[in-house]
Amino acid sequence: MPAANLAYLVVLEARRGGLPWLAGAAIVLSVGLAAFLSRIALTEGALVQASAVAASLRLCAAFLIAAHVASSVLREVNDKGLELFLALPLARPVQYLGRLAGFVACGLALAAAFALPLLAWAPPAAVALWGLSLALELALIAAAALFFALALSQLVPAIAATAGFYFLARSIGAMQAIATGPLAVPSARTEFARWTVDLVALLVPRLDQATQTAWLLYGIPEPRAYLTGLAGMLIYTLLLTAAGLFDFQRRSL
Amino acid sequence: MTHDRPLSSVPAWLWLLLAVALALQVAWQTRVPGRTLEAEDLPPAPTAAALRLATLGEPEAGARLAMLYLQSFDLRGGNDTPYQRLDYARLIGWLRALLELDPRGQYPLFAAARIYAEVPDSARSRRVLEFVHEAFLDDPDRRWPWLAHAALLAKHRLGDLPLARRYAAAVQRHARSPAVPLWARQMEVFILEDMGELEAASIMLGGLLETGAIHDPGELRFLRERLAELEQRARTAK
Repeated sequence: MPAANLAYLVVLEARRGGLPWLAGAAIVLSVGLAAFLSRIALTEGALVQASAVAASLRLCAAFLIAAHVASSVLREVNDKGLELFLALPLARPVQYLGRLAGFVACGLALAAAFALPLLAWAPPAAVALWGLSLALELALIAAAALFFALALSQLVPAIAATAGFYFLARSIGAMQAIATGPLAVPSARTEFARWTVDLVALLVPRLDQATQTAWLLYGIPEPRAYLTGLAGMLIYTLLLTAAGLFDFQRRSL
Repeated sequence: MTHDRPLSSVPAWLWLLLAVALALQVAWQTRVPGRTLEAEDLPPAPTAAALRLATLGEPEAGARLAMLYLQSFDLRGGNDTPYQRLDYARLIGWLRALLELDPRGQYPLFAAARIYAEVPDSARSRRVLEFVHEAFLDDPDRRWPWLAHAALLAKHRLGDLPLARRYAAAVQRHARSPAVPLWARQMEVFILEDMGELEAASIMLGGLLETGAIHDPGELRFLRERLAELEQRARTAK
């Protein structure tokens, strides 16, 4: 299985690189921050800790996977390693999917590692659901980072594009709420802005509905809402993979 | 695999430069006083929608972190009594926005009832208690402890029995969850008793006993004795 071999190489590179150390540092720093916050919280100490750890670990995980994917792919491009692989009798989709599978596996490992500390403050079922959602979220970000890295061919633009996409996906719900809120003055420009936000919302995933801290604090989500969120992420990961394959197929490397 | 050159390869002037730069940085930072957030520093409250946007879809964590930020205003510095100089209109705006951001969170109401309402300034205290009452009506079964505390503050700290009765009555009327303890639902009876409204108190206590909501035999006996005592006192007062 050539794709599986490629995925294994990607995971091996991540393991031998700094990713496990960075993940460990992120966990230590997040737990340390939570311990500090719990000292100054006057009430809800455990909830303050759980929410701070969950929110910071989620952000760290997204950044780590995006930076790792972009730097790994672009190092390979700059070292001409990608050209070497393309000279092998392997179809481009196999190469692309093999790499993506490796990065998704890295995301799964990160999600599992980042969910574990939350067991100190939240019930196992809630942590498991949160971890599964984070794993899919990281798979989506890995697919986005791979797409942007190959499309933009530069490290900073690739990370910036992935970060911008991620923050947009996490805040699009709030943007829609503001655009349709009672404070919005009815006018042609407001209508246009609302229409634009709605259009953008059609094109980005609703990551504000995924990996919610509320599940850890107030109990597990409704199954229907949870599964809808997971399905949305899977569909978008499929879209990004298709877009990446399309771009990789037509690119002259 | 790259190998670093030994430390001895670094020239002495570079060691010196590094040490001087580090000492300069530490000395500079020790000159800068630690900043405390004063009452007048409290900015106007943002809307819940703006906060939701800023928290990137993490309203629960954002609301708690914002509460920690909010509670640091006017906590120390030149004020002997914390929170007494705060602009309470802005403060309540913040508490309202944070409660809207995470309606299930208890921190804003805890802070309102247990911290900001306990300042020795009755006008400020009353404003916050009114906020607690208003917030209670949105989710009585979850927020009753804070209104119950508000009733106690109104009675003992402000000495305003009608206000205490209004809050106690709201708890009794709106909090329907079985988790609401009996003492919270009986508060109005005892406040009425303190107000000298013995007849009203006995009618209310009798009504409470008749609902059949009290099952504990010890509690039933105590309340029946209390009812008999109230009726006796009401008759004597006539």
